[in-house]
Amino acid sequence: MVDRVPPVLIVACPDGPLLVRGEVEVRTPDGRALPQRRRTVALCRCGKSTIKPYCDGTHKIIGFRTEPETPED
Amino acid sequence: MPALLLDDDAVLQRPMVLPVARGPVSAEVLALLRGGRGHDLQPLVEAALAAVADVLRDDDLQLALFCLYEVHYGGFAGVPDDLEWSPVLSAARLRIERDVEAVLRAAVRLPPRPEPTAAAVAEALFAITSAESGPSLARHLARSATLEQLREFLVQRSVYTLKEADPHSWAIPRLSGRAKAALVEIQSDEYGGGRPGRIHSAIFAGTMRSLGLDDAAGAYVDLVPAVVLTSLNTMSLFGLNRRLRGAVVGHLAAFEMTSAVPNRFYGNAFRRLGFGEETTWYFDEHVEADAVHEQIAARDLAGGLVAAEPELLDDVLFGAAVSLLVDGWPGEHMLQRWAAGESSLRAPLPEEAARG
Ligand code: FES
Repeated sequence: MVDRVPPVLIVACPDGPLLVRGEVEVRTPDGRALPQRRRTVALCRCGKSTIKPYCDGTHKIIGFRTEPETPED
Repeated sequence: MPALLLDDDAVLQRPMVLPVARGPVSAEVLALLRGGRGHDLQPLVEAALAAVADVLRDDDLQLALFCLYEVHYGGFAGVPDDLEWSPVLSAARLRIERDVEAVLRAAVRLPPRPEPTAAAVAEALFAITSAESGPSLARHLARSATLEQLREFLVQRSVYTLKEADPHSWAIPRLSGRAKAALVEIQSDEYGGGRPGRIHSAIFAGTMRSLGLDDAAGAYVDLVPAVVLTSLNTMSLFGLNRRLRGAVVGHLAAFEMTSAVPNRFYGNAFRRLGFGEETTWYFDEHVEADAVHEQIAARDLAGGLVAAEPELLDDVLFGAAVSLLVDGWPGEHMLQRWAAGESSLRAPLPEEAARG
C-alpha cells in the first residue's frame, strides 16, 4: 500500500517553528488573507518573531525549547 | 512587496568584463582567456603555491581561481565558451584547489561527530551555528554605519550575491531522495518560485541600483579583497566537485542557519538611513525565507543526506565549519578597515557609480 500523502503537512521543528508545506491560507480573524510569499512557510511558535505569524529565527536567540514530540505508531 | 522588476529584461545577467590581474598566475590565466597559449601557467601555479604564505588570503591565486570558476558560471564577455573545458585551465584549477582544500581541512575544527541520523545531524548543525560569535558586522551596520559604508557593504556582497544560490545548485544532480527534494525546495525559493523578478540575485540588483551602484555581474570584482573571492571560491570548489557533495550541503546548511538574524539587522541599517522598501526588500525577504530554509537545510538536506550516505557525515560538518570560518572574513575585513578610518575597498568606487 502506498503511504497516504496529506495535502498539507506540518512539521513540528524541535526548538523551532512549525513548517507548513502545502496549500494553506493564513488569515486574520476578520478573514483577510495574509501575504504568503513562498510555498513552504514557517509559523512562529516561540511568540517572539518580529514578523509573526511567520518565524524570523528569533527562537534561537531566546533559547526557545520544545518538549520532545512523541510520535504515534 | 513592490513589483519593481516587471520585465524579464531587467533581470538578465550578461557575461562579465575580465578583471585586472593581481599577480603572475592571474595574469597568465587572463592572458589565456584572452586567447593566449598559456604555456607557462602550470609552472607559475607551482611556483606561486610553493611561495604563498596563506593561499586563502592571496590576491593572485584567489583571483586566478575566481576566473577559472567563472567560465563555468556566466562567463566573461569576449571569452569563447569552449574554454570552460580547456585542459590547461582545468589542470591549473585542480592544482590550486588541491592546496586550498588541504589548508581548509587543516584550518577548521570539526565538532564532536553526531549519530548519522537526520535529527542528530540537524541538532549538531544548530549547535555549531549558534556558537557563532565574533565582531558583528550586522550590529555595526544597524547601529552606526555611514552611507559610504553601506555602499561598500553592497559592493563586497555583490560578488557572490549577484549569483546567489548558483554554487550550491551544482549539487542537485549529485543528490537523491530527501536531500535532493530539500535542495530543490530551497533553490526554487532562491530563484523566485517561477517569477524572474523575485530571483534573489535580481532583488539584490535592485538594492544596488537604489544606492546608485552598478548591478552588472562582476562590475566590482577589482575593488574587493582576496577574502571576498575566497568566500565565493570555496562554494565553487565544493559545488563543482562531486566528491565534495557532503561539504557543499554542509556549507549551504550553515550559510542558511546564520542568515535570517543578520538580515534583519541589514534591513534596519538601510531603514535607519531613510531607504525604503526597494532597498530593504532583499534583506526583509531573507529574514522570512531563511527562517524556512534553515529548517529544511538542517533536517532534510544535511540530515537527509547523512541518513542516506552516512560516510558523508564528516564532509557535511567540514562544509559547515568552512562556511562559519571563511564567510565571516569579509565582515571582519570591513570592520577592521572602518575601525581604522579606511575604506574596505581596494580602490575608490568610480565617480559615475555615485549618480544615485
Ligand atoms: S519560532 Fe522562530 S521566531 Fe518564533
